[in-house]
Amino acid sequence: MLHLVNKSPYASSCMDSVEKYAHKGSPILLFEDGVYAAMAGAAFESRIKEIMGDHEVYVLKEDLAARGIADRMVEGVKEIDYAGFVDLAEQNKTASWS
Amino acid sequence: MKFGVLILEGPYQHESSDSAYHFTKAALEKGHEVLRVFFYQDGVINSTKLMEPQADDRHIQRQWSELQEKYDLDYVVCVAAAKRRGINDDVIGPGFKIGGLGMLTEVAIEADRVVQFGA
Amino acid sequence: MGEEEKGEKLMIVFRKAPYGSIYSFEGLENVLIMGAYDQDISVLFIDDGIYAIKDGMETEAVGIKNFSPTFRAIEAYDIEKLYIDKDSLESRGLTVDDLVIQPKVIDAEEVESLMEDQKNFFMF
Repeated sequence: MLHLVNKSPYASSCMDSVEKYAHKGSPILLFEDGVYAAMAGAAFESRIKEIMGDHEVYVLKEDLAARGIADRMVEGVKEIDYAGFVDLAEQNKTASWS
Repeated sequence: MKFGVLILEGPYQHESSDSAYHFTKAALEKGHEVLRVFFYQDGVINSTKLMEPQADDRHIQRQWSELQEKYDLDYVVCVAAAKRRGINDDVIGPGFKIGGLGMLTEVAIEADRVVQFGA
Repeated sequence: MGEEEKGEKLMIVFRKAPYGSIYSFEGLENVLIMGAYDQDISVLFIDDGIYAIKDGMETEAVGIKNFSPTFRAIEAYDIEKLYIDKDSLESRGLTVDDLVIQPKVIDAEEVESLMEDQKNFFMF
């Protein structure tokens, strides 16, 4: 199952829910304000790295660019565009944690 | 693949409608079918042609309407949610139609995947 | 008709608190409509969604309709697969005795499995 997260981890408990309910191996896509979760050098970095031990973490390029943090991603996060988002949604059922 | 799209947030206040638009467009460009875009909760407000954003901003209703025209898409604005928020046949833009909430169940039955934006 | 003979598996997930926003109320409207389609419907309560079925609500003073009694009606719509996350209840200091309906209590681990088992589901 693909878990969609569109809220900043500093403002919302969405990531807590995903961590709690997502099975090991289920991919996570960060988009909209969710992309802030994957920023290097930030308070959430250690958490996202832990999460990346159990899940593939994708971030939506368009939303990264819009927020000026494209060059600040934690290593190992996979950047995709909307076409890639569609591919992920084709391969997985999706759960929207807003 | 047969996709359905569900939008729960209104225009501008949240990015959900923009994300749903880009997702829908990308799915169509990849050759997927989008059986229906269902506008529910504050998502119904995306349909109003009364919105007048500043000239240098995107016009959310118009970009949805143009996508509908290009691909002959089915846009359903939930009647119960619309009534609550002052959206009716007089204000909806081209390509949108007001319909029952059952049309969301229908697309959940028929589509391989309904992707939800907002909540 | 046995549950196996029903149509597609569809689920509504409640994960937001009532009254502070309209998500759960309109989610409930969706459950009632889905119930009319003779499909294999499940309803799941997780996170703050469990507050939507707390008993003893008195909403007159906030002027918003108390919709919790409507949850009792969903069994009349032939929707009997009701689930609630154990940890969401416990961490909020509630038990099933505090609720207007008695969903089956499941572990967090079962939540994604239940979602994966559906043809489609929505979260409100």
